[in-house]
Amino acid sequence: MKRALAAAVAALTLSLASGVSAASLTVGFSQIGSESGWRAAETTVTKQEAEKRGVTLKFADAQQKQENQIKAIRGFIAQKVDAIFIAPVVATGWDAVLKEAKEEKIPVILLDRDIDAPKDLYLTAVTSDQVFEGKVAGDWLVKEIGSKTCKVVELQGTTGSSPAINRKKGFEQALAGHSNIKIARSQTGDFTRTKGKEVMESFIKAEGGGKDICAVYAHNDDMAVGAIQAIKEAGLKPGTDIKVVSIDAVPDIFQAMAKGEANATVELTPNMAGPAFEALNAYLKDKKAPPKWIQTESKLYTAKDDPMKVYEAKKGLGY
Amino acid sequence: MIHTRNLPFVTTLGIFVIAYALCVLQFPNMLSMRVIGNLLTDNAFLGIAAVGMTFVILSGGIDLSIGSVIAFTSVFVAVLVGSLGVHPLIAFAAVLVISTLFGSLMGAMIRYLGIPPFVVTLAGMFLARGAAYLISTESVPISHEMIDTIQGFYFRFPGGGRLTMLAMLMLLVFVVGAFVAARTRFGANVYAIGGSEQSAELMGVPVGSTTVGIYALSGFLSGLAGIAYTLYTSSGYSLATVGVELDAIAAVVIGGTLLTGGVGLVAGTFIGILIQGLIQTYIVFDGTLSSWWTKIVIGILLFVFIVLQRGIIWYSNRRLAESRLKEI
Repeated sequence: MKRALAAAVAALTLSLASGVSAASLTVGFSQIGSESGWRAAETTVTKQEAEKRGVTLKFADAQQKQENQIKAIRGFIAQKVDAIFIAPVVATGWDAVLKEAKEEKIPVILLDRDIDAPKDLYLTAVTSDQVFEGKVAGDWLVKEIGSKTCKVVELQGTTGSSPAINRKKGFEQALAGHSNIKIARSQTGDFTRTKGKEVMESFIKAEGGGKDICAVYAHNDDMAVGAIQAIKEAGLKPGTDIKVVSIDAVPDIFQAMAKGEANATVELTPNMAGPAFEALNAYLKDKKAPPKWIQTESKLYTAKDDPMKVYEAKKGLGY
Repeated sequence: MIHTRNLPFVTTLGIFVIAYALCVLQFPNMLSMRVIGNLLTDNAFLGIAAVGMTFVILSGGIDLSIGSVIAFTSVFVAVLVGSLGVHPLIAFAAVLVISTLFGSLMGAMIRYLGIPPFVVTLAGMFLARGAAYLISTESVPISHEMIDTIQGFYFRFPGGGRLTMLAMLMLLVFVVGAFVAARTRFGANVYAIGGSEQSAELMGVPVGSTTVGIYALSGFLSGLAGIAYTLYTSSGYSLATVGVELDAIAAVVIGGTLLTGGVGLVAGTFIGILIQGLIQTYIVFDGTLSSWWTKIVIGILLFVFIVLQRGIIWYSNRRLAESRLKEI
């Protein structure tokens, strides 16, 4: 009995001897999870950016659950951190916990996604313009297709998440007024490869073995990679028979692009923390509040951009 | 001398106290009223659901529908209040009636159709999750004066922590649950069924109505947990609380309730919840550990407790055999 108890306790306290850091700032970062390669890279880059500035980063992975994120934020408040970064898993339900942070005068910066909450509850949000990303992808497709008729299938992100809503909206905006291009089918692939593949398989089955599909638009690269697999298994050529356009610009999509299996991707930079730390430092130094929204760049990559070189550069980030 | 039946509970309590002490040694900040307040508030919905689960497991059953019922409740309330403008109290009442009926229906199927609880509640799990999706796939925000008032209501502990309405609701559910289990006819019947359904039936325990009652109670408390979750996040989301039933089962087992039924305490479940919350808090304080350690440690604890339970059963059987030998 005693031994069992000791084992359990040992497991509980199993940790690195986390000494007290000499760094002046401690920042808590509540990450959604590691559902996509992009998010893993965001985590890596955030840790790198913190290290570069000598900031102690407390990292909490929420495993895709809002309740875990709220717990982590409360934990950060209890630790009296200097600032909290949150990549929110859903848009709603943050008011209460952010009010607590505000009462303790801990600035909160949102990374990568926005929330439905009064603007005074957070310092700023560092995000890409997700509607714009969808539009860049859509504009590329409109240009690529020209005047041909085209049936597009869409792999949506996690149901209800803001990138899924906005990337769909932006893409539809780009397609508006081009009646030759139609979104024939649209379903959630939950931002994952396996679901992307599954859903693409069902699209192909539903659309006459895939011959009727001219392009697939995936809300992230991971689903596109899954879709490419499904297209290949159906005996079609991804990139030629069915054009593949997606968002995020993770390394694997550049590999696919180099092989001609993917056509275009819109970059969602994983470096949200860099601008966030800059804004935080400026705020702490002279109490100057940054604008409520710091927009990151949404760059379009196609086969012309030397995909292998980009792949090499991005490989080490943990995508 | 501690009664062998209570040994798992005492062990759990011991582990919690020692683990908390070790955490505090490493992070003195963890010994604050704020952390204790957080433990109660953040685990309120899980705790409420786990009380229902305790009764189910005490009777030798299982309820896998809890997480889905919570999600259904939260979406249902969010849509009623947030989109349709129904008064929250009416929405709460409606959803509690639905979840209780849902639970009793499952209980009736288990009892009168003789289908194992695992299968019935698995079906219930899919049904409730599907219904949640049907209502809305997006996260639905709620803003209503009454909900803001409930959310904003708390007693401030000295030192910055807060005892929120949700925490108080959970504590109340635990107290009432413990009372029902220990002091009422219904509670005694639950223990009797868990010990042996056949003997209970022979002794004249109303097995049918008790079984239906147990699952109705679990359904009711899942609904209440769903309301707590809705208040916690002031929104409803159909993808929320996936797998919460498993966390609840873990809390019940770590709290010393035998998975085979018949033995256990509602208070043990409370400690089980606190242990889970403590591990998560520790990981956040550490800030470098993978949060999946929560699952690993819970897994280890579960193993320890299952082995401990086996040991106790083996030990008491041997004692029983010995005493019989003496009689001969």
